[in-house]
Amino acid sequence: MEVYEEDYRGLEEALRRLRRDSNAKAVFLIDKNGQQIAAAGDIENFDSTSLASLTAGNVAATDGLAKLIGEREFSVLFHEGQRDHIHISIVARRAILLVIFDERSSLGLVRLRVKRASAEMDRIFEEMADRSQRSRAEPSPFSEITDEDIDSLFSE
Amino acid sequence: MTFINYAAKEINCKIVYYGPGLGGKTTNLQYIYNKTAPERKGKMISLATEADRTLFFDFLPLDLGSIRGFTTRFHLYTVPGQVFYDASRKLILKGVDGVIFVADSQRERMEANIESIRNLELNLEEHGFDLSVIAYALQFNKRDLPNAMPPEEMYRMLNFKREPTFEGVATQGVGVFDTLKAVAKQILIELRRR
Repeated sequence: MEVYEEDYRGLEEALRRLRRDSNAKAVFLIDKNGQQIAAAGDIENFDSTSLASLTAGNVAATDGLAKLIGEREFSVLFHEGQRDHIHISIVARRAILLVIFDERSSLGLVRLRVKRASAEMDRIFEEMADRSQRSRAEPSPFSEITDEDIDSLFSE
Repeated sequence: MTFINYAAKEINCKIVYYGPGLGGKTTNLQYIYNKTAPERKGKMISLATEADRTLFFDFLPLDLGSIRGFTTRFHLYTVPGQVFYDASRKLILKGVDGVIFVADSQRERMEANIESIRNLELNLEEHGFDLSVIAYALQFNKRDLPNAMPPEEMYRMLNFKREPTFEGVATQGVGVFDTLKAVAKQILIELRRR
């Protein structure tokens, strides 16, 4: 997956709005392979890399379960804790939207706001796919990586 | 699939350690974790059984510095090696950029090694990847054991495509970083070619 500046800003904006409108603590957009795409809210209080990887694992396992019983997918997962709760949903079939919220919000409100934000993000993902397609014709910024560049990564 | 964020200037790659149960995949990750400076690594996560066998995966994020202004991150995963965990193993290969096969050098584990490589090939195919094309390295682990098979003999049995091959003793760190580097390099070279 390739994310360009314009799309990134659009996704961040959508996440910020979702966080505000749903009264959530933090929201994360994660690639299905476990990489964080963007986030908003109280993110410094969470280990976002671990969160991304475990969420993707969770979604992958749940997808596997769905297929075992003949479902295409379970599009929403909800984990209820004593204080904090997690709402997980799929966006544009390729990304995962994770919302962390507490008693200042509610499952109903989160579901409602996630629905609206998902529609907006679907549109951005479509643009991203188009942009990625167009950029294939241009030379990659990595085409000039030298062997020395690569070796230097491992020199320390 | 390498994840490139042009806005945040980041390249994220996924490397999976594959191989039969008790072969040393988790030990490879633990050694890398212990030897990496705190600012270059994230938390290591192990989803393991009570007996410390990998149940779903181990995960270790590594930050290797920057290349052409892009922060280069490698996400290392292991799979559960035991045969009956195949459904979980398959899931971890999703979006993989490179694979390290950790083979157990003990003679009595050769069948398990061969079976696991075959399983890797099939599971990669299910995700649309081809073992003969993807970044790949082989590690003969547990070279310190008295019943270790000679490396030439192992190479004849396990080599798939003349992939870079390393002898290892993961508990002591022998071969661990060399194997990781070999796959990371192939991934970055592929990025240049793309």
